[in-house]
Amino acid sequence: MNPANYLVLSGLLFAIGSVGVLVRRNAIVVFMCVELMLNAVNLSLVTFSRIHGNLEGQVIAFFVMVVAAAEVVIGLAIILTIFRTRRSASIDDVNLLKY
Amino acid sequence: MSAGLPTVLAAATPEHGGPVHYAAASGAFSLTWLLIVLPLAGAAVLLLGGRRTDRFGHIVGTLAAAASFVVGLVVFFALVGKNGDERAFSQHLFAWVPVNDFQVDVGLLVDQLSIVFVLLITGVGTLIHIYSIGYMAHDPNRRKFFAYMNLFLASMLLLVLGNNFLVLYAGWELVGLSSFLLIKFWEYKPAAATAANKAFYMNRVGDVGLALAIMFMFATLGSTNYDDVFTAAAGGVLGYGILTAIALLLLLGACGKSGQFPLQAWLPDAMEGPTPISALIHAATMVTAGVYLIARAAPIFNETQAARTVVLIIGAVTLVIGCVIGCAYDDIKKVLAYSTVSQIGYMFLAVGLGPAGYALGIAHLLAHGFFKAGLFLGSGSVIHAMKDEQDMRKYGGLWKYMKVTWVTFGLGYLAIIGLPPFSGFFTKDKIIETAFAKGGTSGTIYGLVALLGAGITAFYMTRLFLMTFHGKPRWESTSRIGSADPAGTPEGENAQHPHESPATMTLPMIVLAVGSVAAGALFIVGGTLSDFLAPVLGHHAGEHHGLDPWVVTLLTLVVSVGGLAGAFLRYQVRPVAAVAPTDAEVSPLTVAARHDLYANTFNEAAFMIPGNYLTRFLVWFDKIIVDGLVGGTAAAIGGLSGRLRRTQTGYVRTYALSMLGGTILVIGALLLVRVG
Repeated sequence: MNPANYLVLSGLLFAIGSVGVLVRRNAIVVFMCVELMLNAVNLSLVTFSRIHGNLEGQVIAFFVMVVAAAEVVIGLAIILTIFRTRRSASIDDVNLLKY
Repeated sequence: MSAGLPTVLAAATPEHGGPVHYAAASGAFSLTWLLIVLPLAGAAVLLLGGRRTDRFGHIVGTLAAAASFVVGLVVFFALVGKNGDERAFSQHLFAWVPVNDFQVDVGLLVDQLSIVFVLLITGVGTLIHIYSIGYMAHDPNRRKFFAYMNLFLASMLLLVLGNNFLVLYAGWELVGLSSFLLIKFWEYKPAAATAANKAFYMNRVGDVGLALAIMFMFATLGSTNYDDVFTAAAGGVLGYGILTAIALLLLLGACGKSGQFPLQAWLPDAMEGPTPISALIHAATMVTAGVYLIARAAPIFNETQAARTVVLIIGAVTLVIGCVIGCAYDDIKKVLAYSTVSQIGYMFLAVGLGPAGYALGIAHLLAHGFFKAGLFLGSGSVIHAMKDEQDMRKYGGLWKYMKVTWVTFGLGYLAIIGLPPFSGFFTKDKIIETAFAKGGTSGTIYGLVALLGAGITAFYMTRLFLMTFHGKPRWESTSRIGSADPAGTPEGENAQHPHESPATMTLPMIVLAVGSVAAGALFIVGGTLSDFLAPVLGHHAGEHHGLDPWVVTLLTLVVSVGGLAGAFLRYQVRPVAAVAPTDAEVSPLTVAARHDLYANTFNEAAFMIPGNYLTRFLVWFDKIIVDGLVGGTAAAIGGLSGRLRRTQTGYVRTYALSMLGGTILVIGALLLVRVG
């Protein structure tokens, strides 16, 4: 199978993820879209690793997964805290840092 | 008149040249610093001691002045004990400005010229201190008055004793300060406060000239010491232009301090100060500092005919201005003030005549110091007796009530109008004679102007004397109720009881009157003073062009007596009106003279009003342009940031979008570089 197809899939997943981050208001959905973007990157890393025949891409993909796991823990904790105080999971309500 | 440059240089160098050198002070001359320190200590004690010294302040002040006079006498006799050419002693006190190449030391110079001034300043100063004990007896601030007077003595002594121009300048500014403090001594009077400011401003104009002259000296010679500067001037080291510039700037300084045209307007206003101050500072000593400066800088003025011509013109113009205005005023102190302006004009005329006139100028200065101080003290005595009334039209017939004042004032009066054998006769006559002896048309003109001045002086001084002491009394008196008003008014607010002043006031007047009588003959006959001063001011060959001295003397006498007779007819034979005639009733010249020949009007139109407009323009420029620039920049940045702030919405997606946009931009740029 042509490895370029995986790259196309990776690009599609990344685009879907970024559009989701930009347009959705629900914090959980936004968060899942971020995960989608991370995994799209992982896919392209592994693909390039395969194309070039070395392992560095796969090593970096593992790093990304570890960091993403840690990030999920912290991100979900933040979202949970916001939800507890504001009774809302909409990220547009969290806009106190404006002008 | 306009001698060419080569002629002047050729004529000047051999006669006056030769290096100037001062011996180091030893023996009695090492006491010189005490002259300055004694009155300075007096001022310090009185000013720092505050109210605690109120009770004995006047005694401390007077003793300090007297002690300084005694030291002056000791130094003087030590100096007389030396040979004529060895009478200059310089005492180095301490380094003042030790900056690499620029070394200025504070040093004192005792020579014939400075010792003469020391004796005048401390002698007349001591007398006026004694006089002030009586005159200021009722003033709550008498102690402060004596403190300032002591400060003035110290400053004036520093001025005449300094051995370089910078020390002279320090003294020059300090006398200006003391003069300012004493003019505004009664500062609750608006006129006194204004007069003090006016004196300060107009002096500032002159002081800038003196400062520039000193800078010129430093820039060209690297030194301001008298010996260096005079050696260079006489040796032809400096160009004619530089010398003339220095001389003219010195002259500007002299004009400011001495109330000479065009800076004469402050001196009459300065009469708002207490009368002893008018006598000491604004008649006898400080205002003659300009004459001292020119005489001291004789080696410079000797080399530049142009500057001497300017001195002559200023002297001649001022002496006429002073005389003419003196005729129009009814305020006794104003008349005396303009008389001072006019007499200093004579001194300027004398020193402008060069080597022939320096000693005469100094002689007239000393004689003037005696008789004018005496006249002012006499006027103070009259003012004191007449409840601070200064209008001569409200005097009259006072001779009966204050005999001592009448006699002493009369002697001073005879001295100033120059009748023999009083001092003014000798000194003024010599100046007129020397002016004629200058030769040529210019000599004749200066001679005639001086002669005319002598006539007018006799006129206005006789007017003042007769209006004050003779004629019918024009004041309200309790003892004359019957004659003045048949109905008999009760003793009113304005009733006068003229009385003789206390002994502390009459004693100095008597001493000064004796001085006025004797000084002239003492200085002039046999050339005593000019021989004494010759080593400093240069010898004079004594050549004569023009009129015979006897003719000049006769002419002077005739003119003076003419002026006297004119005033006698006008103010003794005819009664004097108790109220001054209005401007419409008198001649245009009198009107002009009453307005100070429009000097103040001119100053206002030429300097004050444009100055005000300049200030207003600068304020406008500062507010609109400068502040506008600064404020505008701040407002622009503020407005811009206000708008930039709007981009911070607080929505996460906005930031996410900007990150995405940024990333796309970076990647796009990378692709463009790599691929394109």
